Amino acid sequence: MTAGETHQAIEATFRIERARLIAGLARIVRSVDRAEELAQDALVVALSEWPRTGVPDNPGAWLMAVAKRRALDVYRRDRMRERKHQEIARTLEETRDGAAEAIEAALDDDLGDELLGLIFTACHPMLSPEARAALTLKVVGGLTTDEIARAFLSSEAAIAQRIVRAKKAIAKARLTFDVPRGAERAARLPSVLEVIYLIFNEGYAATAGDDLVRPALCLEARRLGRMLAGLMPEDAEVLGLLALMEIQASRQHARTGPEGAFIPLTEQDRARWDHLLIGRGLDALARAEALGGDGPYVLQAALAACHARARRAADTDWPRIAALYDRLRVVAPSPVVDLNRAIAHSMAFGPEAGLRLVDAIADAAVLRDYAPLPAARGDFLFRAGRVAEARAEFEAAATLTRNARERAFLLARADACDGMP
Amino acid sequence: MRVMVFAKTTEDSEKGAPPAPEAFAAMDRFTEELVKAGVFVAAAGLKNSAQAKRIVCEGPRRTVIDGPFAETRELVAGFSIWEVKDMDEAVAWAKRAPNVMPGKSEMEIRPFYEAADLAEFMTPEELSAPRDGERGKLGVA
Repeated sequence: MTAGETHQAIEATFRIERARLIAGLARIVRSVDRAEELAQDALVVALSEWPRTGVPDNPGAWLMAVAKRRALDVYRRDRMRERKHQEIARTLEETRDGAAEAIEAALDDDLGDELLGLIFTACHPMLSPEARAALTLKVVGGLTTDEIARAFLSSEAAIAQRIVRAKKAIAKARLTFDVPRGAERAARLPSVLEVIYLIFNEGYAATAGDDLVRPALCLEARRLGRMLAGLMPEDAEVLGLLALMEIQASRQHARTGPEGAFIPLTEQDRARWDHLLIGRGLDALARAEALGGDGPYVLQAALAACHARARRAADTDWPRIAALYDRLRVVAPSPVVDLNRAIAHSMAFGPEAGLRLVDAIADAAVLRDYAPLPAARGDFLFRAGRVAEARAEFEAAATLTRNARERAFLLARADACDGMP
Repeated sequence: MRVMVFAKTTEDSEKGAPPAPEAFAAMDRFTEELVKAGVFVAAAGLKNSAQAKRIVCEGPRRTVIDGPFAETRELVAGFSIWEVKDMDEAVAWAKRAPNVMPGKSEMEIRPFYEAADLAEFMTPEELSAPRDGERGKLGVA
């Protein structure tokens, strides 16, 4: 590395190290807030020194050493008022004067784990999914509060408060920032995966006119997913979520028309699917399946893969999709899964099969005002030649939906029922 | 954004000598770091230009030229695809790549055309017109 590094280049280097730095520091000082401040302090030092010295060979170890030294200074100044501070100071002393190699080795050993520990802490189930998402984006993704606010269509003040509360809750619960092991890990993993998928969907739901920060959430979620898969390569559900996000993201540019109109999967231009992402998704899915994965994310990824593998909509393996929904319904029961299962069965085995399944769930309370239910039923009836009944269903669905484009689409389908035999 | 990072050949790599085992190990460690940071998408190394062929197009004519080719600094020895936030981040990562060749070697970072860039070349109608198969995608992987 050469001297004369620009601030921009130094900040880019810092961004790469930031999450791991905060993770390592948080575990020592037991506070996300303090860890963020110390990391920021280390950046300030780097900005003053690196333009002269060049970026060190191991910038992560360098920044960590600076931050630890700083932490030690602060705690000494506080005169170690509390026993907790004394303990922390001792930990810092132990690592402080070690040779650079020792720090480096420690970083190599623990960094993956520390980052994972930070992710698990930020995604602790005691926090609401929204708080988890905001905190994860801030400390792991490195987004600013303003960026997070814009991404979630919220105000900066509201997001800032959400993050402050989450940090307070973590401090109050005296979380240790360790990676949970065994049964506890299994119990806490779903709340991590849920947050990453929530971040992904928030970005995926963004429309063409939205702030660019919103679609960027998809990338952020996939980065988190890839990170997690890199740190936990033996967990099928982690790989399943990654596969699901990669495959869904592959359709991002094919799913909206020029006016922002939503284009359903079966009508998308498959040439515009991103085959690089599909390849990555199928690869992650294969690894998940090789591990015997059969959880909700692996199954949803397998469903997405059925579409991704079909070069034309007509090539879709609907019987396999129907079978996957049969399984998903057991693993993650929900009325929406039931409805999708009915649609899959109608595609695989004919409209009557779909009607039988949809009629069995029509009374579910959550589906009472759910437009997709009558829309699906209308489609089955239409395909079964019962056009008068189909028309009524499409009209009912049009009344229920709040989306103008969807309403227009449903009314057009209702009109198409006229003049049919 | 996605970038392709090209590693250029050197006189040594063109001789076809495989990198030393330590070099492989260093590359593996670096790739592992990219994977854990969620940046890595794909990568591959290419055989030397002695095993390459060029097809020169001139109007309807096609001429095949067998390697090796002389302009060592311009030849591609391998590539990786990364997903990064911006070019600064790509550069910061590229600087960390181990130099596995003895002597001087070069890397080149090229951003992908992404869908948003296509708007400059295609009308909304073209962008929305369904096409069959996977033909012509203006380089959007």
